[in-house]
Amino acid sequence: MNPHNKSIEELNQIASQVRRDIVRMVHAVNSGHPGGSLGCTDYMVSLYFKVMNYSTDFKMDGTGEDLFFLSNGHISPVWYSTLARAGFFDVKELATFRKLNSRLQGHPATEEGLEGIRIASGSLGQGLSVAIGAAQAKKLNKDNSLVYVLMGDGEVEEGQVWEAAMYAAHNKMDNVIATIDKNGQQIDGSTDQVLGLGDLKAKFEAFGWHVLEANGNSFESLLPAFDEAKAASGKGKPVMILMDTEMGFGVDFMMGSHKWHGVAPNDEQLEIALQQLAVEKASDY
Amino acid sequence: MKDFPYSETKDTRSGFGAGLLELGRTNPNVVALCADLTGSLKMDAFQKECPERFFQVGIAEANMMGLAAGMTIGGKIPFTGTFANFSTGRVYDQIRQSIAYSGKNVKICASHAGLTLGEDGATHQILEDVGMMKMLPHMTVINPCDFNQTKAATIAIADHEGPVYLRFGRPAVPNFTPADQKFEIGKAVILNEGTDVTIVATGHLVWKAILAGKILAEKGISAEIINIHTIKPLDDAAILASVGKTKCVVSAEEHQLNGGLGDSIAQLLGRQLPTPLEMVGVNDSFGESGTPDQLMEKYGLTEQNIVDAAERAMSRK
Repeated sequence: MNPHNKSIEELNQIASQVRRDIVRMVHAVNSGHPGGSLGCTDYMVSLYFKVMNYSTDFKMDGTGEDLFFLSNGHISPVWYSTLARAGFFDVKELATFRKLNSRLQGHPATEEGLEGIRIASGSLGQGLSVAIGAAQAKKLNKDNSLVYVLMGDGEVEEGQVWEAAMYAAHNKMDNVIATIDKNGQQIDGSTDQVLGLGDLKAKFEAFGWHVLEANGNSFESLLPAFDEAKAASGKGKPVMILMDTEMGFGVDFMMGSHKWHGVAPNDEQLEIALQQLAVEKASDY
Repeated sequence: MKDFPYSETKDTRSGFGAGLLELGRTNPNVVALCADLTGSLKMDAFQKECPERFFQVGIAEANMMGLAAGMTIGGKIPFTGTFANFSTGRVYDQIRQSIAYSGKNVKICASHAGLTLGEDGATHQILEDVGMMKMLPHMTVINPCDFNQTKAATIAIADHEGPVYLRFGRPAVPNFTPADQKFEIGKAVILNEGTDVTIVATGHLVWKAILAGKILAEKGISAEIINIHTIKPLDDAAILASVGKTKCVVSAEEHQLNGGLGDSIAQLLGRQLPTPLEMVGVNDSFGESGTPDQLMEKYGLTEQNIVDAAERAMSRK
């Protein structure tokens, strides 16, 4: 069971609150990655407030629970905010993001024991392998729950992703639901300019995956895609959701540009962003 | 000088294979992953007996390290197997982030380490692996000396919670350690007590240290010989106690001087007990093709090199 199981209306409210957290967190330390975080907010909120079966009483082994791995660890703000809002730890701790002695490291880590995190990520391309390994252990343990993993689109330029993709298909890892955040942006420009990804759907299908597509900034598109992904699991193929998102979604001046990949808003920009991210009953940390 | 009788020579990688097979029979959480080198790593017996717990990953070592890290989350104890070069340098970042920093209980088992790989040449003869692995926080680094010790080490690391780098090799070497000797991680084995010089050796150089001890004994020199199978954590107390007695020391290893066992001993002595130290190892160079014996001779890793180093160390007292 998902411990929250929210309606779409409620998910939209939660997503706005998470987006408020993101811009406030990166503003407070004048560092961090708001663009991808804002773009993946609806995905993350869907997982933790509707899609995944899990307990907020965190246990590393996650036996009997769906697991989530964030491979593109730089979008840690959206994960930290979602974990806190979902009940893994006190939302007040979001104020420690990227500060000395914090459990909320710049990139996710297990070293400080933050609930909800099972592997360090940040150096790109590693999370899919880890997720498949965790899924392999679930199969050995006859645990029928699922393993979710999110990657960035620029991230799939890393060769390890394709090693993992081959392994997953060859070994019928049909308890893995991977997602690629297709925002088309990376640090030095658009993915088309930097290193064109080509037809990712055709590529993953050629690698033996079951591939779905969704609009990652619409719960009306995301939730049916997750339903379809779950229905496709257990049928001999790993599942990939190619998720179109807009970097910086929800804050107009951040949208659609790689320039907000790793830059924090100033005081004035924060105010504008928060006005755009209005919530009926805001409960900022 | 004590005698170290042995009835056969065997490769240390076979000790790993034997230990892994025993773990397959005794510990249901042990799983094994191999990157297309099952025969070379002697993992075939485990594969045959425990096929459901053996994972052939293909020539994809980075993925193998990530898979292993992920498997620990479900309570498995993964043993990865490939050559030492592909177990470390090729996948350093995967080990660093997904295993060491993440504190995952992965056993990185690495064969064909060092010059004794032989004819394949320098591309495969990694001599930097211990240095890379010992620099990683949380990592334990073990380099056993013969078949029995490698088998015992393989079994012992399954009970140790945390990442381990286990290094072994290809050539057949005298199998002289007792089959029933308990393997204690981080605990030096004093092979021979002596008073004039301490020789601290690891891996294949342990047997050469024994041969050197015999030569030294014929010259009337009493060598204390220490088998350091665990390079990290180093048994500081054992080394300091021995060096306090002999007042000089030789390190011996099939590895670069930079970053190896001798480097760890130099740090220890520099901080706590400055003592003349001579180091036997490869001095900032790559290897090349040749037979193992030819290479050990050319790169200065023979018993005679250890004897010479011991005499140099003694002259500096």
